[in-house]
Amino acid sequence: MELGPYLLLATLEGSVTAAVLALTAVGLSLVFGVMRVVNIAHGEFFMLGAVLAWGLTQWIGGHPALGFAAALILAPLLVGAIAVAADMTILKRLDYDPERTIVATIGLLYIIQQVTLMTYGPDARPVEAPFNTRLAIPWVAWGEDGFSMYWPWGLSTTSYKLAVIGAALVLLCAIWAMMTRTRMGLVMRATQADRDMALAFGIPVEKVYAMVFGIGAGLAAMAAVLIVPIQQAHYLMGADPLLLSFIVVIIGGLGSLPGTVVAAILIGLSDGIISVFFSPTLAKILATLLVGLVLVFRPQGLFGARAS
Amino acid sequence: MTVTARVWALHLGLIAVLFALHFVLPPYHHGNLARIMVLATYAIGYNVLFGYTGLLSLGHALFFAAGMYGMGLAVSHAGLSPAVALCVGVLAGALVSFALALLALRTSGVAFMIVTLMFAQAGYLTILYFGEWTRGDEGFVIQAADRVLWGFDLSDPANRYFAALTLFAVCLLVSLRLVRRPFGRTLIAIRENEERVRMLGYDTWAHKMGAMVISGTISAAAGAAYGILFGYVGASFAAVPHSILPLLYVLLGGAGTILGPFVGALFMFYLIDLASGITTAHMLIAGVVLVLLTLFAPQGLMGELRRRLWKGLP
Repeated sequence: MELGPYLLLATLEGSVTAAVLALTAVGLSLVFGVMRVVNIAHGEFFMLGAVLAWGLTQWIGGHPALGFAAALILAPLLVGAIAVAADMTILKRLDYDPERTIVATIGLLYIIQQVTLMTYGPDARPVEAPFNTRLAIPWVAWGEDGFSMYWPWGLSTTSYKLAVIGAALVLLCAIWAMMTRTRMGLVMRATQADRDMALAFGIPVEKVYAMVFGIGAGLAAMAAVLIVPIQQAHYLMGADPLLLSFIVVIIGGLGSLPGTVVAAILIGLSDGIISVFFSPTLAKILATLLVGLVLVFRPQGLFGARAS
Repeated sequence: MTVTARVWALHLGLIAVLFALHFVLPPYHHGNLARIMVLATYAIGYNVLFGYTGLLSLGHALFFAAGMYGMGLAVSHAGLSPAVALCVGVLAGALVSFALALLALRTSGVAFMIVTLMFAQAGYLTILYFGEWTRGDEGFVIQAADRVLWGFDLSDPANRYFAALTLFAVCLLVSLRLVRRPFGRTLIAIRENEERVRMLGYDTWAHKMGAMVISGTISAAAGAAYGILFGYVGASFAAVPHSILPLLYVLLGGAGTILGPFVGALFMFYLIDLASGITTAHMLIAGVVLVLLTLFAPQGLMGELRRRLWKGLP
């Protein structure tokens, strides 16, 4: 393949990564923005979503689309419920103290991961996509007789991958609408701006916190359900989304949702393209160093203007 | 008995007990205890930074690995003698902790935790990237000939036990001495209220830098010793779970107590040892203990002891 089609392919694959990453990172960003809590267990909520999607499709059976639709609705709800329970039993009792909650969420990470290992086992298991038509993509080249269109070998995507990108766009718009157009979003933004003042105005801050923690985990689970037909469900799959979400949230500016989305697209696309040309390990080294240095020298993020 | 005499009696007493245990323990527990003493040394290093200075690092595996790989690479690739290689390891740890401190001390709180985590992760990935020399995840074995230190063959259990005990005793006494000196008292003051210490005219940055280098150097010494005593150097010692381990030991034993790291390491080691007999998911225990400790006993075992029995416990 020539460079042009190659880049297009990398961009397409990168867009899928970016779409899923944006959803996961927005969940993390929401939790950090409103609650000021760094949730190390976020990747495990992602993993739980994928594993539950496998469980639900196996349990329902029948046509793959049926089980997948059920998983898309039920898995985020279940994971959200688990997160709300964790918030009410653990985080609330720590009074959301930043350092102690980090230690507690590290504990939560091990609990979720190891319980999954005990019940689901160490195998990676696939989930069948509801639809999966292969779409070849044409490429235009300057040939002997002017422009001609041809179908390069290997340049293709699937209808499901395009659907993932579409679904992520719809969900992100829905979150934006929720935050800016509904009363629930108003209450969340009020809590984010000033917790004590919100409490004084009669906003049930603890309920808002539980809800935000649930929504954040639910978004991670939703992203995992979308990606699980492409990847496979495995009990250690939470580590990469966690690391990437951290990178995205920090580069986008802690707690800023638009910054998070922009950074997710940037990181998702460049991860795909860098991994094509360099070794994936080197790409990861550079990304982690970048995050560390951004936090040291520009703690408000590359795009955020506010001090956090 | 004055307070100072009681303090010395307690800590020297522990070292004497550990010395005596060498002659009575069955081989299995004898080997475990040698390992626990090295891991406790790692936790002692961690405790200087977290327990006494109040800086929570999530990247101490970087220092442990700097010591371990500094020693391992020097002995297997540069062909240095084991004694020199140990010094190289400790020096590598000191340099790495100094470099990380230059960057990380510009931040505080949650940002400090994430910065240390990210740099440690980058260090881990770097070890994997240079797999040609480090053998990546697989790691490499230190040859028996390279494990002879001043005529003592460290692959022999008795020599290994006494080497671990020497390292542990030295680091325990150094940390005890440290926190009773003005430098250490200032670190404790920084933990309690950094703003006020700065207002009183102390250079808090220099103190925190000192704490981080001492902490990193002790952790690197533990890493170098671990490599030479147990004859294996591997990338898993640089990974994130190995950064969480000393946090777990120190929280369980009691942050900001001299004996806490040892008590925590001892309990946690045997807890995980018991659990791995029952299930492969033995890290579940670590998770449950972490959550329970943060919820119910943030002071840890020795911290509770200090609160209830002996207020002056260092």
